[in-house]
Amino acid sequence: MAEKDVRLMKGNEVIAHAAVHCGCDGYFGYPITPQSEVMETLMELRPWESTGMVVLQAESEIASINMVYGGAATGKKIMTSSSSPGVSLMSEGLSYIAACELPCLVVNCQRGGPGLGTIQPSQGDYMQACKGGGHGDYHLIVLAPSSVQEMYDFVGLSFDIAFKHRNPVMLLADGAIGQMMEKVVFSEQKPRLTDEEVAEQQKAWAATGKGQRGKSNVVTSLYLNPEELEGLNNRLQEKYNRIKAEEARWEEFMCDDAEYVLVAFGSSARICSAVVEQAREEGIKLGLMRPITLWPFPEKPLADMAARGVKGFMSVEMNAGQMVEDVRLAVEGKAAVEHYGRTGGVIFTPDEVLEALKNNLIK
Amino acid sequence: MAEVEIREENKVHARPRLITDTVMHYCPGCSHGTVHNLIAEVIDEMGLEDKAVGISPVGCAVFAYNYIDVDWVEAAHGRACAVATAVKRLHPNNMVFTYQGDGDLTAIGAGETIHAAARGENIVTIFINNSIYGMTGGQMSPTTLLGMRTATTPAGRDAALNGFPYKIMDMLTHLDGATYLTRQSVHTPAAVRKCKKAISKAFENAMAGNGYSMVEVVASCNSGWKLSPVEANRWMEENVMPNYVMGDVKCSTLPK
Ligand SMILES: Cc1ncc(C[n+]2csc(CCOP(=O)(O)OP(=O)(O)O)c2C)c(N)n1
Ligand code: SF4
Repeated sequence: MAEKDVRLMKGNEVIAHAAVHCGCDGYFGYPITPQSEVMETLMELRPWESTGMVVLQAESEIASINMVYGGAATGKKIMTSSSSPGVSLMSEGLSYIAACELPCLVVNCQRGGPGLGTIQPSQGDYMQACKGGGHGDYHLIVLAPSSVQEMYDFVGLSFDIAFKHRNPVMLLADGAIGQMMEKVVFSEQKPRLTDEEVAEQQKAWAATGKGQRGKSNVVTSLYLNPEELEGLNNRLQEKYNRIKAEEARWEEFMCDDAEYVLVAFGSSARICSAVVEQAREEGIKLGLMRPITLWPFPEKPLADMAARGVKGFMSVEMNAGQMVEDVRLAVEGKAAVEHYGRTGGVIFTPDEVLEALKNNLIK
Repeated sequence: MAEVEIREENKVHARPRLITDTVMHYCPGCSHGTVHNLIAEVIDEMGLEDKAVGISPVGCAVFAYNYIDVDWVEAAHGRACAVATAVKRLHPNNMVFTYQGDGDLTAIGAGETIHAAARGENIVTIFINNSIYGMTGGQMSPTTLLGMRTATTPAGRDAALNGFPYKIMDMLTHLDGATYLTRQSVHTPAAVRKCKKAISKAFENAMAGNGYSMVEVVASCNSGWKLSPVEANRWMEENVMPNYVMGDVKCSTLPK
């Protein structure tokens, strides 16, 4: 067997490598800290000379997301990346993409807000990512990587999920994982699909030019007849229910005998696993539940833990309390649910989380 | 009534093959339908039916995809040139064009238009400039003339209050990436024929990879202007057209 290709890299850099390796067809983006390395790395890699992937620096995030929309409308594997204020600008486009049921990948390497905020890491866009952001009843599928390896692995995974359900996927990372350097194992280069393969696989909907198809395809989200638009919404809701049933992903750490459970994703989960170890040394039976998909939110494991008699949950987030609402919905009042968070780009230490757990939950 | 036989040599117009049976929703006398016919004819005559991808706007022409039988992507308001950029870059052999009104193109979408032109994207923009927002009920657009009454300039457009109109095509002439810029109209049979030639030339320019082309059609919106179709055409000839240099504004090649 060939030796593994192991590298030491920043989270943002591996996003670029992963895009090329998984056979992505196009990247459109606009610089913003702390994620500019994604496009910079792509420009260094020059994939248009190797795989034929298109890379373009757009004039704004509004243009980027509408380029993603156009590219995705032709059935190709298209992505963009940005950070919080840029993602806010993409909201209208994301709603169009979801309405037209186009697969694509959007990476949000979050920074602190609101407003121009800070370039320091944050998880303040949980609500925006999971509950909408744009207009209308739509959902993104949201994955939260918590290591550089997951930044790499989730790019290909996101495209697989996006095409399986014909739905936009968001990788909700943060400035810490984007900037952090870690070991990463590369996968083999997957070939890009040819134009003919794309036209054949997506012939039911993609606007590739009529070609051999004989009938024209139109990608649109306009329905003037209320019943027709309700029909689209009903179809979308059915799809979202299917996604909820099939795609929820999470990881449990020392939850089997836990009396208390921390719930944390992304960078926060890394800190919380240290908290669990520290607590265990002090004799506190603490576990960690790490949602990997934020939408669909993994409700079942939390509901099961609550039913099994876990006394309390603490949702630990780099925000003022966003995911905690989903934890409460999952636990349905069967146990205490608290939130601990810091904002503004401040990253909590394991000690302060443990302290908060004792003060808020164990008492 | 006895059937009238039209001899081939006397025939001046037939419904273009690529125009569908769908009844057009445009107001009688509107310029949109005429330009649709021209685009359909040009695509057919150039053998581009299988390669054409149109990007429709938000505006009265949003449903262009129901009328011209090629592939379409319906863009968010103003974003057609961004959408077209991606489609063309991913499918360089396709004929990619946007179809946009003056609100879509010169107000909310000015940025996307200028940057697609500046980059020299090999796309064509068909720009229907009817000096008003037709779809939303006749509000002022950036191309509304001074003094012109609209729903949001009921006393007539006043520069102090509403700002000055601007001509995006004249601005685009300064961009290296914009190589074919032409201003046309469709208010007379002669103008229609010239406009069709201009559309062909723009499509050829894009297929030759020679950068960005725009065909601006100085048009009427009789409903928005609250005039009959005939009066609207006359008003346009007397009041709108003198503001513009008609015909080819720029024909060049991309700098090396
Ligand atoms: C983001 C957004 N803002 C506003 C609108 C409302 N809107 C629809 S069409 C339009 C103006 C269309 O005017 P124009 O582009 O001149 O085209 P016409 O209808 O005259 O052909 C506006 C403002 C919208 N659909 N989306
Ligand atoms: S409102 Fe104006 S632009 Fe719209 S269809 Fe009627 S005449 Fe044409």
